[in-house]
Amino acid sequence: MQFSFLSFITQIAVLIVALAAVHRPLGAYLARVADGDRHLRFERWIYKATGVSPDSSQTWKAYARSMVALSVAGVILLYVAQRVQPLLSGGQVAGVDPWVAMNTAISFITNTNWQAYTPESTVGFVIQMAFLAVQNFASAAIGVAVVFALIRGFARKGTDSLGNFWVDMTRLTFRVLLPLAAIAAAVLIVAGIVQNFWPTSVANPLTGVSQTIPGGPVASQEAIKILGTNGGGYFNANSAHPFENPNAFTNIFEVFLLLMIPFSLPYTFGRIVGSKKQGYTILTVMGALWLITESLMAWAIAAWPSLGEGLEQRFGPAASGIFATATTLTSTGAVNAAHDSLPPLAGGMAMFDMMLGEVAPGGVGSGLYGMLVLAIVAVFLGGLMVGRTPEYLGKKIQARHMTLAALYLLVTPVLVITLTGAAVLIPSVVGDAPSQGPHQFSELLYAFTSAANNNGSAFAGLSASDPIISSLINVAMWLGRVLPMLLVLALAGCFAQQEPIPPSPGTLPTYGPLFAGLLGTVAVLFTALNYFPALALGPIAEGTLR
Amino acid sequence: MTTTPTKHSTPAQPNPPHGAPGHVPAPRVTELSGHAYKRRKAFNRQLILDAIPESFVKLDPRQLRHSPVMFTVLLGTVVSAIACVVQIAQGSPDVVFSLVITIWLLLTVLFANFSEALAEGRGKAQADSLRAGREGLIARRLKGGIDESVPAPDLRKGDLVVCETGDVIPSDGEIVEGLAMVDESAITGESAPVIRESGGDRSAVTGGTKVISDRIVVRITADPGQTFIDRMIALVEGAERQKTPNEIALHVLLVALTIVFLVVTAALVPFANLAGAIPSPVVLVALLVCLIPTTIGALVPAIGIAGMDRLVRHNVLATSGRAVETAGDITTLLLDKTGTITFGNRRAVNFLPAPGVPEGEFIEASRLSSLADETPEGRSIVDLAAERGATGPDLAELTRLRGGQVTAVEFTATTRMSGLDDGHQRYRKGAASAVAHWVRELGGDVPPGVRDDVDAIANDGGTPLVVASDDGGRPRVLGTVHLADVVKPGIADRFAALRRMGIRTVMITGDNKLTAAAIAKEAGVDDYMAEATPEDKLTRIRQEQEAGQLVAMTGDGTNDAPALAAADVGVAMNSGTQAAKEAANMVDLDSDPTKLIDVVAIGKQLLITRGSLTTFSVANDVAKYFAIIPALFVAVFPGLSLLNIMGLTSPKSAIMAAVIFNAIIIVLLVPLALRGVRYRAVSAQQALRRNLLIYGVGGLIAPFIGIKIIDLLLAVVPGLH
Repeated sequence: MQFSFLSFITQIAVLIVALAAVHRPLGAYLARVADGDRHLRFERWIYKATGVSPDSSQTWKAYARSMVALSVAGVILLYVAQRVQPLLSGGQVAGVDPWVAMNTAISFITNTNWQAYTPESTVGFVIQMAFLAVQNFASAAIGVAVVFALIRGFARKGTDSLGNFWVDMTRLTFRVLLPLAAIAAAVLIVAGIVQNFWPTSVANPLTGVSQTIPGGPVASQEAIKILGTNGGGYFNANSAHPFENPNAFTNIFEVFLLLMIPFSLPYTFGRIVGSKKQGYTILTVMGALWLITESLMAWAIAAWPSLGEGLEQRFGPAASGIFATATTLTSTGAVNAAHDSLPPLAGGMAMFDMMLGEVAPGGVGSGLYGMLVLAIVAVFLGGLMVGRTPEYLGKKIQARHMTLAALYLLVTPVLVITLTGAAVLIPSVVGDAPSQGPHQFSELLYAFTSAANNNGSAFAGLSASDPIISSLINVAMWLGRVLPMLLVLALAGCFAQQEPIPPSPGTLPTYGPLFAGLLGTVAVLFTALNYFPALALGPIAEGTLR
Repeated sequence: MTTTPTKHSTPAQPNPPHGAPGHVPAPRVTELSGHAYKRRKAFNRQLILDAIPESFVKLDPRQLRHSPVMFTVLLGTVVSAIACVVQIAQGSPDVVFSLVITIWLLLTVLFANFSEALAEGRGKAQADSLRAGREGLIARRLKGGIDESVPAPDLRKGDLVVCETGDVIPSDGEIVEGLAMVDESAITGESAPVIRESGGDRSAVTGGTKVISDRIVVRITADPGQTFIDRMIALVEGAERQKTPNEIALHVLLVALTIVFLVVTAALVPFANLAGAIPSPVVLVALLVCLIPTTIGALVPAIGIAGMDRLVRHNVLATSGRAVETAGDITTLLLDKTGTITFGNRRAVNFLPAPGVPEGEFIEASRLSSLADETPEGRSIVDLAAERGATGPDLAELTRLRGGQVTAVEFTATTRMSGLDDGHQRYRKGAASAVAHWVRELGGDVPPGVRDDVDAIANDGGTPLVVASDDGGRPRVLGTVHLADVVKPGIADRFAALRRMGIRTVMITGDNKLTAAAIAKEAGVDDYMAEATPEDKLTRIRQEQEAGQLVAMTGDGTNDAPALAAADVGVAMNSGTQAAKEAANMVDLDSDPTKLIDVVAIGKQLLITRGSLTTFSVANDVAKYFAIIPALFVAVFPGLSLLNIMGLTSPKSAIMAAVIFNAIIIVLLVPLALRGVRYRAVSAQQALRRNLLIYGVGGLIAPFIGIKIIDLLLAVVPGLH
């Protein structure tokens, strides 16, 4: 199918207009959610019932403990629920294999939503709605809560307090994610996505042959899957399944939904730290990286028209490219095309997007905190170059901050590279794989890049129910999510205590095109330097095979 | 109107830096403060020759431990060397290539050591000359009224020693008795002697300086090893080198990059195994060394030492590297008006004759009234009168003409006037109230026009002096001389430059508000404190710091000590008291308060050099990847030759070129590291744009060109292929 640049440009333009329209009101609303003192009545009931004192404030350590506790509890709960599924479903659906169950549990709690199972046949309505959907909300809210804590760290001074994790979680769930998901689900239902509780198998009365037509509460699941940059599909084919993504409108609407919150948070950031231009600078860098990677993806697809066998045929290759870029840039991992069979360099672009560290605009919350950590490194280099101890938003960047920021930037590449290296050495992994050569390497590299960056999309060819691979992926997902969050919270704790230095003409301006350019370059350069050899051996080698 | 003199009204003659006659003129660099300094070559031949053996001594792993980047390179070199031995044993055809790589890896470490040794060498030369002056010094210690000869190193705090003409003062101390001319050239490089006396703000003496007249008794204030010169030697030799906060933060970044690239390189083994082409250890080490930030890792120590050295060359002594760095962060400068902003003396700027008095007559009378006045104010009136065309005789000639009938009238506290009696003609000048009193006693009066002039000058912040004459019962007020504090030329431009750099200047003065405001306006300072006491300074520093500002100030008196200690950067004048020097974190040996501005610039330059070379180093990696990655895998994936955008001759040549470039760039950047990236007084925005362009974009492009050139040169070397 021919790549249509006109279609590409039109869709991108529609997305830009829609995102431009929504980022301010949504960003401002999020700022009020983060800042507001008032509790809604039902929120008070929740706090009373759960024993949370909503006006108490937490140090970064307490905030981090709460975050880890909720995550660990979520993993255990989800694991057990899957194992006892026969009880929950009245014996209709079998218990999930322990390896798959653990993989799924970690995957949904870490906002990765790597799916080692076939949802239609593995999990029933109860697990889908009562457990996976809940985790979709929770993992998205955790990401935003952590970035709230970091923003407060920048905005506050001389204090230990970063806010209350439980209050943030409650507000984000009930004031932001649920209402938005409800609206989104309504739109999706109107647009034609399935929402029912019908059993999976129905007879076709015309032919008399029994045909598998799955049903289920798809639209409501779809809304939060996309909105919370989760990506765990109701069906195995994810957004390439006609029931999850029936038409061209739902396709672009889903792309819009997954970019919506991440592109609004920079405005929230600018508002809370009291300088909108700071927020807009971050937004500009995210937007520019998004447009550049979208364009390169479009080029990589268009330049090898004969290679795009896995592309979405219904909406055309342009739609596939746009979706693939948005989903890999946002830690969503929902797919509307088979990334494995994209043209090699397009597959490489999907990997590169994830390797950027999910910052353009990244997952809900995680994208912004990732970009802010990169900003700290950019400020450090830039600040030294203007002859001052570097400072960001008036807070001096010193050895402690650099240690935390450097560790943050180390965690994911080290996980990806060492775990890919380990997987390559396992004979059962390498020997059994259907594909060989650079593509086989790409598949492994993609898997660990996706897991450690909490994306969740996958190339095929990897038997993820294999205990060894499954364990390695679990390690990547868990450490790739929790370690960066702990480091970000520690940074927030440092910043909150610091007294800000008032800006002067001698202060490195952390806004405007010059700084945006520096920040964008730092993001790309660090990614390129970390992953260039691996990319050369995978997609680049494959793409230049003759 | 009277003005409260500031405590700097008699400043210890600030020595013009290196300006004393008899110095051989050397090339000069003009600094921000307006001072010119001798430009010293980054290195001379002897220093280079001395640094070469030192580079080998520093190969000791214990010495390299402080730099993880260079330590990694050393380990890599060892691995590479072992691989060479194995290859030789196996008779591998790659031996020549591996040897070349190993040698250049070793050279990389040596070049790094060389830059550090060179930086240290410059300090050592200075330290040696300082030490030479102290060898075999014998002190005359006072004990129970008699003096005994003891070696200088035996002196302890609290000992009293006697120094007479020709003696070298054995250690740091405070004069408790007497006054002397002291030659401080051993420390300051200035040959003009200075006066040191007991009591007051000029009582401190420094060990190693020489008494050239009179006798003093000195109480020793420093134990051996703690004296000024000891500290200076330690500092310039880099013996007390500790990492500064920014250096530690940079260090963290460099370690993180090293770890990431270690992982990346190590993982290539399993990665490439899958592709069926494991690179040799030599090649892997080469890749690793090219990727880790060796350029900045090699030059960090040299940059730090050179920054210290630059300060010492400006005759400023810092107690720590941290203080130098903090200087770069300063946002508020508290500057004493006298000596920094103004010349310190009021000067005549205008003559305003009384109504009906011819201007010529008034000017001549003003001149005569000041002929015998040796104060700077008096001399300035005589000078201005000459400028305005008064051509009368000078005092000596007048005395000769009048046959001795000329009497100088000294200023006294009761009359508050000075002047001259030329026979029966008497000339007086003084404050308006004093002259009015004198005239009225003689039966005259001050005309209203003069009173208006006096008020106008006072309102303008100037000092009015009224001149009157009397030829025996006919007193006349002739007019008003306008005296003003004269702001140093160019100072306003300098403050404007500071403002662009984001530094606010606050003028501190004992003057009243009116005078202070007028001078503040003329000098272009951002703020001023009038009628300021040392306590006010301390309060102001606290206020500024609470608002998040970093404050620098200068001071010399004991009562400045608390403020000097509270300031983020406190610079004590060498002419000041021991208490001030101990409270400060820097001492200016030239006792020149203006130098604070240069100190700030040195701090900034240090950070800029570090940041720029880091950016350069990281940006270099892109080109190295494009050289090495295709070279590594082109045999298995011929398509990767597309990445060989430099068109390098062969895989081996590409790897060698990258390694050689990586080593050579260190040597090429040594002069820049030692001299520092040039600092300009521009806004942060402009500085960033400029340095990003040169070191960021330049760092991306330069290695592409460098590696290509080396590759072309390697192609003509026989036996490498």
